[in-house]
Amino acid sequence: MVKRIRPYGDRTDDGVMQLSFTLPIPASPRARETARLFLEKELGFKDVKVSAMEAASRDYTYFVAYVSTQASIDYESVQVPVVDTPNYGFAGVNQRIEAELGRHIVVVGGNNGFDSHTVGIDAIFNMKGFAGDYGLERYPWFKAFNLGAQLKDDDFLDRAVELKADAILVSKIVTQRDIHKEDARGLIERAKTRQLRDRFLFIIGGPRLSHKEALELGYDAGFGPGTKPSDVASYLADEVKRRNPKVAT
Amino acid sequence: MATLPIDDAKVARCRVLARQIAQQVQDYIDHHTTVAVERTVLRLLGVDGVGEHGAPLSNLLVDVMHKQGVLGRGAAYWLGRAFRLGVDNPKDIALTLPKLLVNGAKDLPELTPQEEAEVCEDVMRMARGAVEELTRRREQRKDLRRQLHIGDNPQRYVIVATGNIHEDAIQARAAAQAGAQIIAVIRSTAQSLLDYVPHGATTEGFGGTYATQENFRIMREALDDESRQLGRYIQLTNYSSGLCMPEIAFMAAHERLDMLLNDSMYGILFRDINMCRTLVDQYFSRRIIAFSGIIINTGEDNYLTTADAVDKGHTVLSSQFINEALAHLAGCKDMQLGLGHAHEINPWVEDSWLMELSSAQLIRQVFPNHPIKFMPPTKHMTGDIFWSHVYDAMFNLATVATGQTIQLAGVMTEAMHTPLMMDRYAALKSVNYIFNAAKHLGEEIEFKRGGRIEKRAMHVVDTALTDLEHVAEVGLMAAIGEGVFADTRRTVKGGKGFDGVVERDPDYFNPFLGLLEPAEEPY
Repeated sequence: MVKRIRPYGDRTDDGVMQLSFTLPIPASPRARETARLFLEKELGFKDVKVSAMEAASRDYTYFVAYVSTQASIDYESVQVPVVDTPNYGFAGVNQRIEAELGRHIVVVGGNNGFDSHTVGIDAIFNMKGFAGDYGLERYPWFKAFNLGAQLKDDDFLDRAVELKADAILVSKIVTQRDIHKEDARGLIERAKTRQLRDRFLFIIGGPRLSHKEALELGYDAGFGPGTKPSDVASYLADEVKRRNPKVAT
Repeated sequence: MATLPIDDAKVARCRVLARQIAQQVQDYIDHHTTVAVERTVLRLLGVDGVGEHGAPLSNLLVDVMHKQGVLGRGAAYWLGRAFRLGVDNPKDIALTLPKLLVNGAKDLPELTPQEEAEVCEDVMRMARGAVEELTRRREQRKDLRRQLHIGDNPQRYVIVATGNIHEDAIQARAAAQAGAQIIAVIRSTAQSLLDYVPHGATTEGFGGTYATQENFRIMREALDDESRQLGRYIQLTNYSSGLCMPEIAFMAAHERLDMLLNDSMYGILFRDINMCRTLVDQYFSRRIIAFSGIIINTGEDNYLTTADAVDKGHTVLSSQFINEALAHLAGCKDMQLGLGHAHEINPWVEDSWLMELSSAQLIRQVFPNHPIKFMPPTKHMTGDIFWSHVYDAMFNLATVATGQTIQLAGVMTEAMHTPLMMDRYAALKSVNYIFNAAKHLGEEIEFKRGGRIEKRAMHVVDTALTDLEHVAEVGLMAAIGEGVFADTRRTVKGGKGFDGVVERDPDYFNPFLGLLEPAEEPY
């Protein structure tokens, strides 16, 4: 079945969108016309209305525009992989691990490579957690080790081996020129070289990551903005159990 | 101005306690030096440039001294010994010094007391020259600043962070034209943990641009030019933090920067830098800052990103008292202390904005002569730029209503990417509108006696006082170990850079400790 859709502004299928951008030219009637033509001729939008033109500085001009598009997309054909574990909550996760796995789940987490930010991994690990949702360190059935930021890949993997981790959680914050992807791939490559890729679940999270991108980067799962510790804990409870059928009771 | 009835006696007690806390660590500081402090001494004495493989000469020299176990005497002393042997340019010294210091310098001939005095006097002469140069640059900044004026408070502070210093200059000029009064160049994410300062102009960075002396010079030159065009002096900020805190303070003083992010505890808590290292480094960096008239920006705003902004709001205040006391011990004046705080309470909590207003007003009153710096929401920002813009607008209103000195403009793309030109422009337009539209709001309102805003402030003061009583009792290092600040625990010998801390010898020589007098008029 094909279901083509386009943006909704004021009426079904009108295709209206709002845009803003800057051009490297001084503000002038010619600049406004340049912006309009750019949207209409170069980008193919209809009904172009440049609603604001302002000098962001002497040499740069900022525009706000409303346009409509003729383009549409077949919604039915779009598929995206998602982490579909339900959120069992703090108590639910602990009960499941106790009942179904019967041992602690061990996780190590950190931010490898260039990035010095610990805010992401702290939100998932720290006792206090994030947005009222307790962090993994608080879960009695998790042993959670937060290794901080700027970890060397080998140190990260060594710690995971030493602690007999089930999962490695990677946080990526800085995304300028896709440095996060480079660092994320680097860890997986290193794990493969050391024959460790299949020993651990590799999970990645960050403000500019999705499950789909995580899979593309060679990870088992990815968590994007708004993820709570209990989302990650629920996924781990199910996935570790799935991978350890023998120890399950 | 609308004021809150804050108990002066409690505030005074906080300051007494903070002074005790600072004094305890000062005893430690006065008996130690670090590789970063000694590199700074060398840079002050003109050791610039890089050796093989691009390593700064100051690093090469200090590493040799440290390896030979003689750093406790002070790098300046060994430099003086090299001079005495007729080696006087830094590159030759870098080649010669490893030979001189072999076996812990035991092969070097002993000098008579008279000769020893001459060695030190040679270095002192150079050091006085260096201090005169810094004085000249400080006065040059003062002249420009007075001639062109900096504009009204709250001062509009924005960041640029392209990774390329030349693009940064383009964006800084654009921001200045849109009303910005202060430009901060954000550093590349990895730099705080580098134990050296990169050299030269840089065009590649991640999440920011490397802080180098040449980058400082390029940006200050661009802003001097823009300041003259606009008839308004644009201030420049960078980071004196991480493992090269004092070195960057020197570079900033030399290149006429106006402000530095500089905090006595930030590196310990948020970058896991060793606490002994940071405490010693912050002192020498602040001696340079006190001398050169730079305004520091402290990092208490960060506390509320890891700890809860409602429950732990008081830790901002207690840390500000400690930062203030430590900065005073280094000679900084109140007018140089841009104590930081932030608008980070969960915005969906009922009356969250009233609590923001309360703490902003409280900090304004407790630090009346300080150029306090209010930081925008980050933790609860999302990619919904339209809502974020509204949230920032409320922050702008709190800023102007409470008369903050410096405000980092909130940009609606926080949590997404470093500000693009149009994002920054939209943010400044909102700031310009609200600062003007509500310019005298603080003079026109009063806080209800016994109301929510007042009670919240009283609670924060009481809790901060309890905190400080505790920290004074156990000591700052132990308190950090307990996780008093930012819910983060650190150990005395843990973290990065502890191996760069050295006990001073009884005859430790650092000519600048005596020469760097605090500026009478910083700016």
